[in-house]
Amino acid sequence: MSNGHNDQREMQSREMTGAEMVVQALKDNGVVHLFGYPGGAVLPIYDELFQQDAIQHILVRHEQGAGHAAEGYARSTGKPGVMLVTSGPGATNAVTPLQDALMDSIPLVCLTGQVPTALIGSDAFQECDTVGITRPCTKHNWLVKDVNELAATIHEAFHIATTGRPGPVVVDIPKDVQFARGIYTPPQTAPRTSYHPRVQGDLEKIKAAVELMATARKPIIYSGGGVINSGPQASQLLRELVELTGFPITSTLMGLGAYPASGKNWLGMLGMHGTYEANMAMHDCDVMVCIGARFDDRITGRLNAFSPNSKKIHIDIDPSSINKNVRADVPIIGDVGRVLEDMVRLWRASVKADKKALHPWWEQIARWRARDSLAYRMNDDVIMPQYAIQRLFEATKGKDTYITTEVGQHQMWAAQHFHFDQPNRWMTSGGLGTMGYGLPAALGVQIAHPDALVIDIAGDASVQMTIQEMSCAVQYEAPIKIFILNNQYMGMVRQWQQLLHGNRLSHSYTEAMPDFVMLAKAYGGHGIRCEKPGDLDDAIAEMIEVKKPVIFDCRVAALANCFPMIPSGKAHNEMLLPDEATDEAVANAIDARGRELV
Amino acid sequence: MNAQLQPTGSAYFIAKETEKPETHTLSILVDNEPGVLARVIGLFSGRGYNIESLTVSETEHEKHLSRITIVTRGTPHVLEQIKHQLERIVPVHGVVDLTVRSKELGQERPLERELALVKVAGKGDDRVEALRLADAFRASVIDANTEHFIFEITGKGSKVDQFIAIMKPLGLVEICRTGVAAMNRGPQGM
Repeated sequence: MSNGHNDQREMQSREMTGAEMVVQALKDNGVVHLFGYPGGAVLPIYDELFQQDAIQHILVRHEQGAGHAAEGYARSTGKPGVMLVTSGPGATNAVTPLQDALMDSIPLVCLTGQVPTALIGSDAFQECDTVGITRPCTKHNWLVKDVNELAATIHEAFHIATTGRPGPVVVDIPKDVQFARGIYTPPQTAPRTSYHPRVQGDLEKIKAAVELMATARKPIIYSGGGVINSGPQASQLLRELVELTGFPITSTLMGLGAYPASGKNWLGMLGMHGTYEANMAMHDCDVMVCIGARFDDRITGRLNAFSPNSKKIHIDIDPSSINKNVRADVPIIGDVGRVLEDMVRLWRASVKADKKALHPWWEQIARWRARDSLAYRMNDDVIMPQYAIQRLFEATKGKDTYITTEVGQHQMWAAQHFHFDQPNRWMTSGGLGTMGYGLPAALGVQIAHPDALVIDIAGDASVQMTIQEMSCAVQYEAPIKIFILNNQYMGMVRQWQQLLHGNRLSHSYTEAMPDFVMLAKAYGGHGIRCEKPGDLDDAIAEMIEVKKPVIFDCRVAALANCFPMIPSGKAHNEMLLPDEATDEAVANAIDARGRELV
Repeated sequence: MNAQLQPTGSAYFIAKETEKPETHTLSILVDNEPGVLARVIGLFSGRGYNIESLTVSETEHEKHLSRITIVTRGTPHVLEQIKHQLERIVPVHGVVDLTVRSKELGQERPLERELALVKVAGKGDDRVEALRLADAFRASVIDANTEHFIFEITGKGSKVDQFIAIMKPLGLVEICRTGVAAMNRGPQGM
């Protein structure tokens, strides 16, 4: 009897409105910060947020900003990022960050309001088919029509966003469901039967991989964003593996920081704008160990000339990544951290490392390294963009620094010249290449790490896509630093026009540019302009010193291009190096066959 | 339309396809929930895969399971990708390439059947001939009056094709086909 009474009382305490459930479910999933923008279809949830203190809501200026902020938050903490937007335009504005998170495997939970269930399908005000629109750009999505399923759906959304290969999810909640009363169910560990990502690697395969690695004479480790997604333990194990084996290591754009750039086995980033030594080593290696990377087209260059003489080991949590672009000789499906744990243990137990055998390979690498592929010509009058990044890096040494970027030349220069010794310090839009990612991402990082130095290395074109979030940074006293390499061009677009389109610079020059210093002041931030290399260090010091959002307008050489580069249709060993990149070489870099590639 | 005499350049690397495409039949077991079919066919259209035939219905009501049968065409490499991509969809329980499985079982191909309803209208000799041929194809008459028949025919796709072809000159009015339902021979499940 008394039990029945307790049950009944508990049921009563768990009865609440849908809007209350949303807030309770967020709390129960450990959410502390929420990025969002209110609107008609989410008013009940905003009313609940108003009446509590456990979750801090960050009001952005555009829903895209909320998404990228949540992505930056997620990538710098390892926790899911959460965003809340209204129906219709709120949801459609979220599409870009959702696809961005999908391509870069970022755990992102997006809650959207929807018109009342009775109006769905009637072309109601601010109605759109949110689950239909976001279906291809999420890992999974839900339309909740019954308030009694709302809590369980939100819990499942967090589970799916954060497990396996992480990704974005959308929960679409009609307004009447937010008002309706139902029973709240706490988070349970009863995942649906159809979803069970494999985390433990096949031990036989791992053994085969270790045996193959032990016989390698020209090995290379090629690691990616999967190592960072797997957590700090995976980065630690990766470092151990490199130390044990003595193998050289390179990384994708997304994987920077998993192995320290100051480590002795580091070759720099690989791929289209990677270092000469990394790409040559990829091309000539005999055993390639791909760890949490996906053989993206920016990495491989011409596929039929990609590392032609190597055996390839591929570790990935997503079976669809295996054999998608490049055939793996030893495929291992599992979480990078778990697989590396087994790999390190097996190597310790069974392999007597003969590091001397790798000497000729390291000597070869040293010769490639001597080409100094990231070199550029210094200029005393004009700031070279590479120099600006180098000085920025020097000035931030020893500080608790996080870097975000936009997309374009500045992004590649940042990847080449800013060096990361820790994971989760580098936030960039890799897969989708979203201009406008960096500023809101920096905001998200700063919210998660209020005392850290958070810098968005930006381009003048990209930053204007989401510049309005400066207002948000000022509101929340988030002292982000927007370091703009301003050349007045869409630099990467121009570089490709020079390479492929006869130097016809169609619409890649911005004739009217805001005064970024005055713009910063207009938003209530601090503005700095720097035009001379000699003034750079002092200006950067000022930027770091100021305790409010800063826009740093760094005027750089307008026509500098990003080298080295693997031109279209070429292989890893056909890189265009900076000292060879004369106007003529640039014009002829892509031959007729390369131009035919669509 | 040779408007583009000057080929444009590209930021992408595309290798020529060297493998030959094959036709395979896939069985996909899914949770019967809203949007699940859209997820499956959206994947095919979004990633540029082909659907030659699609059949779907709930098969186990208590467990809320539906079975989707898709006939698709692609190179072995693409077919492997399709399987893995389908398995990523959260409500998908499992995907079996029946064509591959039948080879593993030492069989030529999976069992495949299709049902069609075929309406034929006519008078005189044509009408008699239609009925006679339907009998030869073991098609049954499920509706008729003095001017028309509706035949129900079940069999391999090629048999249905053939039946429809010979009904054409005899007053074929309309056709409805279900698409392929398929499973492998032997005692094992999918």
